[in-house]
Amino acid sequence: MDDLARLLAAHPFLDGLGRAHHAVLVGCTKNVRFQPGQFLLREGEEARTFYLLRAGRASLEVHVPGRGAVRVETVGAGDVLGLSWTRLDGADPSLPPRVHLDARALDPVVALALDGACLYRKMEADHELGYVLMKRLLALTYHRLERVRLQRLDVYKASP
Amino acid sequence: MTTPIPLFDPMVPAFARISRVDRELPDVFTWHLAAPSGAGFSFAPGQFNMLYAFGAGEVPISISGDPNRPEELVHTIRAVGAVTRAMQGLRKGDTIGVRGPFGSAWPLAEARDQDLLFVAGGLGVAPLRPAILHALAARSLYRRVIVLAGFRSPADFIFRKELERWRSRFDVTVEVTVDRADTSFRGTVAVVPALIAEVELDPAATVALLCGPEVMMRFAVRELERRGVPHERIHVSMERSMKCGVGFCGHCQYGPTFVCKDGPVYRFDRIERLFYVREI
Repeated sequence: MDDLARLLAAHPFLDGLGRAHHAVLVGCTKNVRFQPGQFLLREGEEARTFYLLRAGRASLEVHVPGRGAVRVETVGAGDVLGLSWTRLDGADPSLPPRVHLDARALDPVVALALDGACLYRKMEADHELGYVLMKRLLALTYHRLERVRLQRLDVYKASP
Repeated sequence: MTTPIPLFDPMVPAFARISRVDRELPDVFTWHLAAPSGAGFSFAPGQFNMLYAFGAGEVPISISGDPNRPEELVHTIRAVGAVTRAMQGLRKGDTIGVRGPFGSAWPLAEARDQDLLFVAGGLGVAPLRPAILHALAARSLYRRVIVLAGFRSPADFIFRKELERWRSRFDVTVEVTVDRADTSFRGTVAVVPALIAEVELDPAATVALLCGPEVMMRFAVRELERRGVPHERIHVSMERSMKCGVGFCGHCQYGPTFVCKDGPVYRFDRIERLFYVREI
């Protein structure tokens, strides 16, 4: 348990959070590994897990009919994966949250896997923790949105 | 490194012969030119020349060659307009006109004993190449040397072999990303600011040199701000319609400055106010 708390504290997403909060999160966390090619998340499956990547890289992919898997981004150590459990997408709350992208290990990946439902309950029970994590999730979402906007602009396309 | 001034009358092109043409991409090529003077062609990294394709016209093109090899003038050009398309049709042995070098340079002397962070987007790697080559040749003058480069896709790498060679060195950090890729690509897929967010930086000792599409540089500046790099440590290369090259004609006016003479390399804090003015 101490090891998990230490690993949680060492991840940039939880950096600076109090020791007590790390201890609370330990109950939702396990250490996981993936081999290259293995999927961390599959589009359409129930969103249960929030990953904090510790080592290795993973690719976020969307399956496009006729084109196959399209790689939209790669993430690595220090990044997080799997935000669908937050239900921030506005989906019907009576339905289970769904994963919207495939996430596939490109290298051997080591991550902390947090159970989304467990985390959600902890955040509901402790609003201070919930507020801190929501602020970080919002910042993360904002940064990702900013990057998607730049990506969408296709700025390197030749134009006279 | 002082900024060289034009060899001859800045308004009169000198003749230069194309000694080699490298095809970088279907629409991007690199010219190697025999220097127009026997004494060589001295320039400072970041400067540009006006290149004249006889019968077609003249365009400003950054110098992409090695500043330690003045006997050869190198330009990397994208064929996007009438003049550059005509240039793409020229071959080894053909002659062109050259005026220059013009403009300001990357602040390599100021950056001594600092970390040098190069941030390139697409063809923006070409104007940074002379500065990178200088930094690698005079490696002991700088602390860390970091090159972050973004391209549209894996098929759009410019200077791919050279990037791979730099990456193989133990004293340089090189990270390359593409905006989009299929699953056969094993590298990083992300925009350049994502590389800035990840790289190890000492903000108070970093000099950042940025070149690429203006929108990309805006996002990159924002990420550097988040990392704590002060504006006076960020330098950007701006692009406008340069014509005369010496600040007479006014075509490249950028607020109270002329890009051909006061730029193309600007310290960011000096143009921050202009950077976000639309259509300037």
